[in-house]
Amino acid sequence: MTDLDEYRSRARAWLAERTADLPPDPGLAESRAFMADLYDAGYVGITWPAEYGGRGLSAAEERAFQQAAADVPLPVGVFGIGLGMCGPTLLSLGTEEQKRRYVRPLLRGEEIWCQMFSEPGAGSDVASLQTRAVRDGGHWVVDGQKVWTSAARQADLGLLIARTDPDVPKHQGITMFVVDMHDPGVDVRALRDMTGESHFNEIFFTGVRVPAENVVGEVDGGWAAAVTTLLHERVSIGMGATRTERPASFAALRTAARERGLLGEPGVRDLLLDLYLRERAFDLLNARMSQEVKAGIQPGARGSVSKLLLADLTLASADLASEILGPECLVGDGPIARALAWGPGMALGGGTNEIMRNIIGDRVLGLPREPQVDRTIPFKALKVGTQAKEDGE
Amino acid sequence: MRLIPTEEQRELAATVRSFLADRAPMARVREIAESDEPYDRTAWTRLSSELGLAGLAVPEAHGGSGAGFGEVAVVLEELGAALTPVPYLSAAVAASLLVALDAKDLLPGVASGETVAVVALPDGEPPVGRIVDRGEWVLEGVVERVPDGPSADLLLVVASTGEGRRGVFAVAADAPGLVLTPLTTFDLTRPQARAELGGVPARLLGASDAGAVIDRTVDVASVLLAAEQLGGMRRCLDVIVEYAKLRVQFGRFVGSFQGVKHKLADMHCVLEQAESVVRYAVWAADEAPDELPEAAAFAASFMGRAYFQVAKDHLLLHGGIGFTWEHDAHLYYKRAKADEVMLGPPRAHRARLAEALGLT
Repeated sequence: MTDLDEYRSRARAWLAERTADLPPDPGLAESRAFMADLYDAGYVGITWPAEYGGRGLSAAEERAFQQAAADVPLPVGVFGIGLGMCGPTLLSLGTEEQKRRYVRPLLRGEEIWCQMFSEPGAGSDVASLQTRAVRDGGHWVVDGQKVWTSAARQADLGLLIARTDPDVPKHQGITMFVVDMHDPGVDVRALRDMTGESHFNEIFFTGVRVPAENVVGEVDGGWAAAVTTLLHERVSIGMGATRTERPASFAALRTAARERGLLGEPGVRDLLLDLYLRERAFDLLNARMSQEVKAGIQPGARGSVSKLLLADLTLASADLASEILGPECLVGDGPIARALAWGPGMALGGGTNEIMRNIIGDRVLGLPREPQVDRTIPFKALKVGTQAKEDGE
Repeated sequence: MRLIPTEEQRELAATVRSFLADRAPMARVREIAESDEPYDRTAWTRLSSELGLAGLAVPEAHGGSGAGFGEVAVVLEELGAALTPVPYLSAAVAASLLVALDAKDLLPGVASGETVAVVALPDGEPPVGRIVDRGEWVLEGVVERVPDGPSADLLLVVASTGEGRRGVFAVAADAPGLVLTPLTTFDLTRPQARAELGGVPARLLGASDAGAVIDRTVDVASVLLAAEQLGGMRRCLDVIVEYAKLRVQFGRFVGSFQGVKHKLADMHCVLEQAESVVRYAVWAADEAPDELPEAAAFAASFMGRAYFQVAKDHLLLHGGIGFTWEHDAHLYYKRAKADEVMLGPPRAHRARLAEALGLT
């Protein structure tokens, strides 16, 4: 048995013991307690630098742990934004003080993080954000609104990007901050989405005073950091998908069709074959990209391929399921109805399908970019968001 | 399951690619395509003798290199990309059939490339084999379309041996009673022939009931064709992406228009999936014989449509120049369409896949 095998089996044993008594739907307190134990056992921040609270081990140990945890549902979803996006951003751009102050509590689940980028007027075009931060002595004063923020109701801290200089072109006048989500000027409201549930939040900032030492990276240099963070997001959305439940999977629909005696219908057979081809090709692509990562080839912008295909597959499979199952699947709040309601979210969150195609075209294929009028003129001279129709138009 | 090429396979690909760029550029492809020559004999000789590729998957004991389908697939990707008019795909399928039938005496010639062997696989009523005196067989019947038939020195004819059984027969291309008629083909880079067998003396290879070996050969052919299709698809996308970076209309590079860019992005997504599908199917051919029937039907169902879609859009995105004879786009378009139906139309592969998946 190699050291790695041993590491893996120890992790597996630890997880089996610690998750044995977890309730099926753990609350926030239980999640935090679990995260603290997981951290103390050495399984959070495995590859993160030891001086900031990580374990300083290699990607091989990280993979071994992921393998051990592959089939164990862990109540760590609420920490995902911190671990996947905020933490890596802080590690690469944060000051020494910031890394010492924030990373360890982030890893141990003592502080939950959220990420505040999108705005009502800045969706695909995040750089046209209007939330502003104005310097006032040793502080910045933040006013504005963010939207589509996951985990904001639970979060203690958040990464915010805000406009700090409206007199320069839009990408140049943005700064990233760490914001205390418990500040009285931060108003978090649940956003009810089309599923009927509230997966996201809106956040209103009114005169929120942020200490100057909370700037992440350079003042007016927040855009580059935001781009890196968003790339992490796309990869994690697309490539994490093989492990999530698929109510409208080929296997599930084949069973459903067989039970209803529909497999003899050529139309049904063709629909199922189409689904199989898409689903299998998507799974194989993800498996191939994981093997590439293990071999040291980073997916980079190719993560957008995975994300785009997953969005298409999610919607198409739910759509197709309803064609096979008919009206019965749309009553009683069943899995197909939920998948149909969730489908558009997959195609919009983390970048719309159109934005994914732009990224693939620009960054994977190296195609010439579209002419962009907004690259050179000052932000304050730009039209932003949804404009009212002018007279005569 | 291995889905990424090994270092050796990458080196092999680079060697073949640079050989083809040097020795079989598009000008040479067109020269052969527009001549009466069935294939590029010079390129074939050098590929088999200098690079030793004809016997890649033939065991070393029989004059080959003892490599696997993974290596053959790498070569086919490059040949598919370059549209090289050589019978490599057909010969590789024939070699795998001969290995399966343990035809020791025929393998050295095939492995060295001196004998071009191709499989004559009937898609309708098969020729009929019958025993004349002293255990000698003769074949009677027609195989309407034999890919690379005009290039063949040796045909491996799949024929009925009675009572629903099938066997494989070796027939020399110059055997008395065999008439091989070259056909006019839509795809100019892969010739076909009609094989008429009028009481041709033939040698039965292996058992007279070789149905399982024949079915596996069809699976292998599907997988190897898929690898060749992948190479062609990748070349089509590379070419049109480069053109979209150079061609200017309305004062802009056409690749900057979302109408073009998004189509190219979708084509790239198809390519990424296609590569994954092919790597998997090739892996199954080498390592997972139990999965091969499903993997082969899956690869064939996916790749036929996918390659034609990419080749078609690559032609269309060129605009008018893509419709000219001088431009290479139509050569890929025609190859992609011919490939899509070569081993049976997509519906036939889908039917095979449906059966493998229990959708009946």
